[in-house]
Amino acid sequence: MDDLIDDEGAGPAGNAPEFTVSEISGAVKLTVEGAFSHVRVRGEVGRLSRPRSGHIYLDLKDDRSVLASVVWKGVSARLAHQPEEGMEVIATGRLTTFPGQSKYQLVIDDIRPAGAGALMAMLEKRKKALAAEGLFDEARKKRLPFLPEVIGVVTSPSGAVIRDILHRLRDRFPRKVLIWPVAVQGERCAPEVARAIRGFNAMTPGGALPRPDLLIVARGGGSLEDLWGFNEEAVVRAAADSDIPLISAVGHETDTTLIDYASDYRAPTPTGAAEKAVPVRMDLLNWLRQQEGVLTRAITSGLTARGQRVRDVGRALPRPEALLDAPRQRLDLASLRLAPALKGRTQDARAKLDRLTARLDPALERAVASKRLELGRTSGRLSPERLQSVIREGRRALARWRLDPQRLAARTSQMDERLAQAVTRFGQVAEASVTRRRERLTGLERLRQTLGYTQTLARGYAVIRSGEAVLTRKAEAETHAALEIEFKDGRLGVTPTGATPKAAPKPAPKTPPKKSDPGGQGSLF
Amino acid sequence: MAETPIEEMSFEDAIRELEQVVTQLDRGEVALEDSIKLYERGAALKARCEAKLKEAEEKVAQITLDANGEATGTTPVEGL
Repeated sequence: MDDLIDDEGAGPAGNAPEFTVSEISGAVKLTVEGAFSHVRVRGEVGRLSRPRSGHIYLDLKDDRSVLASVVWKGVSARLAHQPEEGMEVIATGRLTTFPGQSKYQLVIDDIRPAGAGALMAMLEKRKKALAAEGLFDEARKKRLPFLPEVIGVVTSPSGAVIRDILHRLRDRFPRKVLIWPVAVQGERCAPEVARAIRGFNAMTPGGALPRPDLLIVARGGGSLEDLWGFNEEAVVRAAADSDIPLISAVGHETDTTLIDYASDYRAPTPTGAAEKAVPVRMDLLNWLRQQEGVLTRAITSGLTARGQRVRDVGRALPRPEALLDAPRQRLDLASLRLAPALKGRTQDARAKLDRLTARLDPALERAVASKRLELGRTSGRLSPERLQSVIREGRRALARWRLDPQRLAARTSQMDERLAQAVTRFGQVAEASVTRRRERLTGLERLRQTLGYTQTLARGYAVIRSGEAVLTRKAEAETHAALEIEFKDGRLGVTPTGATPKAAPKPAPKTPPKKSDPGGQGSLF
Repeated sequence: MAETPIEEMSFEDAIRELEQVVTQLDRGEVALEDSIKLYERGAALKARCEAKLKEAEEKVAQITLDANGEATGTTPVEGL
């Protein structure tokens, strides 16, 4: 301690030169700026601010130290990659001091990501941020038109890319193409591409400039840095905002830029974009012809099938002749049975008739016999004596009448009246009876004539009589002395020989009991 | 099927409907009357598609820009 006190006490009197603050600050400045006029510093970007001035203030840091840094406005504008917090960078520049605050800083001339890994890390971070906003959502993707009329291409107007696209379009399906020229690398790339996408969208359909219905944003292959413009937020947002369906084709297949996530379709190459943009015309024509064939075949086979069906169904219909077959057969059978049936019926009837006829003959004989018997009895009652007595009686009655013409006339008229009445009555009352009797009589007379003996006489028979008695036996005839033979045309008296006469028979009355004697009847009155 | 007339249809719509018509008709489940109508419609759709396919015309133009990078017009592009 004492030494220190001593030293202190002796300090001011030491040999070390004495600087003013400004002198020492200036000395430090000279030393620092002289020794570190061009340095490359690797570190992570820490706190970063961009005041309105356009300068960028940032800290470069590692695990133990921090180096204040600044990017002046003019430098900032031409940086390929803007520094971002957390980015591993390599900054190139010079160290300066800031004597007013006892500070020093790195003035950056160029700052770039520290290698591909750092760039990729930055890309990943940006991608996450934009994805979080929903710019890459599948729901935002628009369907590409099947056959766009106008295709807008955002690319460099010179170079292989536009040529590849046009060639492939020409091969597949020639279309109208509008090229929007842009820088495809460097700091102008991103703003121009973004403006081109928005510019195409701003066109009105059917306006002076035909608004494309499909966009292709294309660039050929290159380094990560070359393609970096297509990772920029402005480009990604413009692509995501595009109302026109957009195909991105940036770099080679292995290169993925952020515009690919925001586009509606990511083509591996510009040629691939053209292939996605339009169908192949010839394929479509072929397909169309094929469809036409299918169409024609379908309608033809449809008609053929229907026609076949009609024929099939028609064939299943029975033939008209077949419809008549069964009835015709029945008719034939019935016809065959008709003649025998008629014959049988006739035979039956004839048999019946024969049976009846067989029964009729005996009955007729019996009827004739009974009639003959009746005739015999009636004949017996017809005697001439009875007739004579009636006549005699009539004569007597007649004699009793004295014939007075007047009385007779009166009587006659009286009787006429009575007669007329009687006749009328008789006619009325008895006509039926008379008629009936007459008919019966007529019938009997006919029968009598037929069966009577007078007819028999005609056939050569004779009736033997004795007086009025008819002799039918020899023994009887033998008892009579005289016999009378009645022939057809008259009677002949005979004397039987060897007979024992009994008594001579009285001659027969002149009037035989014949119907042919109307006078006899008239005498009744 | 109240839709745009065939002659105003986009190629894509026409081709899609033609496909449906062909499928329907090819399946053979359509009534005779309808099938004839379908066939006629198919033929019209096919004609429309064909017409659109014949409109294959290449025309390439480049946008001209002003100082602010805004589009001002087009110039034909040849030889690409």
